[in-house]
Amino acid sequence: MISFEIPESIVNQSQMTKMVAEQAMRPYSRELDEHEHERPDAFVNMTWPFAQQMMKSSLRSIEKRLGGNGTNGTNGTNGHAAPKGPDFSILGFIMMVEQMSWGDAGQYLCLPHPMLGGSAVQAAGTPEQQLRFLKKFTEGDPKWGAMAITEPGAGSDNSSMRTTAVLDPDTNEWILNGEKIFITNGKLALEDSDGLCVVWATIDPNAGRAGIKSFVVEGHTPGVSIAKQEHKLGIRASDTVALHFDNVRLPFGNMLGTLDPQQPAANKGFKGAMKTFDASRPAVAASAVGIARAALEFTREKLAEEGIVLDYTKPRHELTAIERDLMEMEVRHKGAWLLTLRAVGMMAHGESNRLAASMCKFRAGEAVTWITQKGVELLGPMGYSREWLAEKWMRDAKINDIYEGTKQINQLIIARSILGYSRRELK
Amino acid sequence: MLDFRLDEEQKMLTDAIARYANERMRKVFRDAEEDGRIPPEVVQAGWELGILPTGLPEAYGGFGEYTALTGVLASEELAWGDLAIALNVMVPNLVAVPVMLCGTEAQKEATLPQFCDEVMPAMTAALTEPVVKFDPYKLKTTAVRENDEYVLNGSKTAVPLAETAELILVYANEDGQTQAFFVPADAAGLSIDKKAKLMGIKGLPTFMVTLADCRVPAANKLGGEEGINFGLILNHSRIALGAAAVGVARAGYEYALDYAKQRVQFGEPIAHKQSIAFMLADMATDIDEARLLVWEAAWQMDQGHDITRDAALMKQRVDDIVVLVADRALQVLGGYGYIREYPVELWLRNARGFASFDGLAIV
Ligand SMILES: Cc1cc2nc3c(=O)[nH]c(=O)nc-3n(C[C@H](O)[C@H](O)[C@H](O)COP(=O)(O)OP(=O)(O)OC[C@H]3O[C@@H](n4cnc5c(N)ncnc54)[C@H](O)[C@@H]3O)c2cc1C
Ligand SMILES: Cc1cc2nc3c(=O)[nH]c(=O)nc-3n(C[C@H](O)[C@H](O)[C@H](O)COP(=O)(O)OP(=O)(O)OC[C@H]3O[C@@H](n4cnc5c(N)ncnc54)[C@H](O)[C@@H]3O)c2cc1C
Repeated sequence: MISFEIPESIVNQSQMTKMVAEQAMRPYSRELDEHEHERPDAFVNMTWPFAQQMMKSSLRSIEKRLGGNGTNGTNGTNGHAAPKGPDFSILGFIMMVEQMSWGDAGQYLCLPHPMLGGSAVQAAGTPEQQLRFLKKFTEGDPKWGAMAITEPGAGSDNSSMRTTAVLDPDTNEWILNGEKIFITNGKLALEDSDGLCVVWATIDPNAGRAGIKSFVVEGHTPGVSIAKQEHKLGIRASDTVALHFDNVRLPFGNMLGTLDPQQPAANKGFKGAMKTFDASRPAVAASAVGIARAALEFTREKLAEEGIVLDYTKPRHELTAIERDLMEMEVRHKGAWLLTLRAVGMMAHGESNRLAASMCKFRAGEAVTWITQKGVELLGPMGYSREWLAEKWMRDAKINDIYEGTKQINQLIIARSILGYSRRELK
Repeated sequence: MLDFRLDEEQKMLTDAIARYANERMRKVFRDAEEDGRIPPEVVQAGWELGILPTGLPEAYGGFGEYTALTGVLASEELAWGDLAIALNVMVPNLVAVPVMLCGTEAQKEATLPQFCDEVMPAMTAALTEPVVKFDPYKLKTTAVRENDEYVLNGSKTAVPLAETAELILVYANEDGQTQAFFVPADAAGLSIDKKAKLMGIKGLPTFMVTLADCRVPAANKLGGEEGINFGLILNHSRIALGAAAVGVARAGYEYALDYAKQRVQFGEPIAHKQSIAFMLADMATDIDEARLLVWEAAWQMDQGHDITRDAALMKQRVDDIVVLVADRALQVLGGYGYIREYPVELWLRNARGFASFDGLAIV
């Protein structure tokens, strides 16, 4: 039955995240924007215990799936689990992303959590691998996760990647060579902490998509170097680097999934990468919506100080141009959020959400770009001033049109889906 | 909890309407538009779907419970078939719903059972006024109390089926508040003027109505002495029209989608071109966004919340989206889109109406 109700526990959790956003993010927003590459320590220290808790609870559910006693339960007697109800944990995560991005989208990306790397491990790894690689995010010092797909020659067309993984038959190790660029949290994960980065590489350059697998590279692995730290338009608190892999040796088991032809389900390869997007695109959309809400609330507050307050009973012809714009900001924000909730709700109920995920990412990226620009415009000269954060939000916003599939790539996915077209019919 | 799936009853209802839309409305809608006349048997078949009685309480002869959500689902599906016919089938709602929401017990007992008949009751409502700056909260038509009567003065436009109506619910301004009055068609001072000539929805006869010192008993005021909560009624109307707009947009989108896959130019279907495919992707996303805005407002309403803000926001966005989608649908058809043998130009004209009207439909 159609419902927009959010479980109360998630609403409460989101209120707590709001406190983090207000106390540990907003006060440092401007400073971190002006001092790119500085780590948001207040945010990291405040969220690390919380992030560890989150990881613990997701590991517990993985353990449960394994049969109750962790890595020993590999004989898989749980094939007949009772049909489970909806799983709203993804909704909780999405609401947290939204609140944190309201606080500061760049800092949010520095959450000490496996993030996209974790999603990849969960989507493509065996349950044993999930436990093995993610456990460290529940203990010790803060750690970060990253995921590396993009290369200089392989952006939107990521299946043309060149990074190779070759098996050394003598040591049964993978040898990784290549270059990845624009990797969020690459430095935090591999150089600054004992985190991990999931690197996508081909084990057979002639096999196209079928040859692409993912590999877990752990922090401080020899042969990995940070080639460059990017200077960006916005989200400057976020760490974005180019990575070099020079004969990096990885244990065989660091390839996610298996190569066993008897177990095709575990052999997720490139499809696994694509599956992570079903959850990560709504997360990007939620981040976009959070930034949009920041801009919207601030603009509304400043206009109210000037006596401009919306009266929703006024007919359109009685609204001033500014009032119309403000209403448009409100409804575009709301529309993007509802599309995001739908993608998440479908996922929670176990429905396929690929189309909905692309729609919300596409629309939220568009909406936040427009809303933040409108905010700067409506605030006049002060909108453009670095004294306020409005101009920063506008710069931060734009990334949502780019990563996790550009706007056009998501349009392409939507179009193929509604037309029933293959990649060949619609390029 | 968060969920976007229709329940079984809603599925049955929308399936039944979709069948009616495909088998009846779509067979006659183009001719109805050209002739300015909808075949009465098609309207009757729509009435017999019994959409309205499912939302009326058993005490008044209905067999269900009203939910705004089910109402908007029905409205979208009907309008997908054809907007003029949909509005025609929904005309009785213009009286039934306000009575159910704001009527006194006596008014409910007198009126509501008629909506559970097999014959469509000849009742309509008059809200819109023939002015550029129309404001439903500040009507120019006035109602003045004189002893046991109200005296109504003013003019109305786009009153659907006024010519054949026996009773018209007339909205008027009483001391700055919008109130509603039952006016019998034969009341002195009420005249049904010429048929309104509209850009679209031509199958639905709508009329100008004039009230010149038209007197009705004070008891004819909807809601009794207290009157009505007009905002509540208007919000119900807005979500109905919003949902109808989604239906019109979806009609255009689906047609264009199929067309683009069939039409070959430069040696391949035009849908193979990104400029066509991306337009379709935009349209699909727009429609889903619009529908979610409508659903959310309806859901809020069913929770008992005041949705004035949600409905106003939704209206602003959906009124834009429906025109954009219909326009792009026409564009996909190229020259054929402009030709009246194809339905797309009709949808564009109908789409443009949503920003111009309030209160033309209620779920
Ligand atoms: C701050 C930041 C953080 C990032 N984080 C990560 C990360 O953590 N991990 C990671 O792997 N990557 C990351 N990326 C990379 C990001 O995913 C890519 O930039 C993105 O996929 C686009 O690739 P590209 O930059 O090579 O652009 P290109 O693919 O060269 O695209 C250029 C333009 O062409 C358009 N285009 C491309 N193909 C088509 C097509 N078929 N049809 C129509 N238009 C098309 C695109 O939409 C775009 O507008 C990050 C990027 C940035 C800027
Ligand atoms: C009122 C009217 C008067 C006209 N008068 C004349 C006249 O006097 N003389 C005359 O010769 N013609 C006339 N035309 C025809 C008119 O020029 C064509 O309708 C027009 O060229 C488009 O062709 P089409 O209708 O076959 O659309 P199509 O070519 O089928 O196009 C359908 C859609 O696909 C798009 N499309 C097509 N190819 C591509 C592509 N390669 N890439 C991206 N998008 C593409 C188009 O832009 C359009 O949106 C008239 C048309 C009308 C409606």
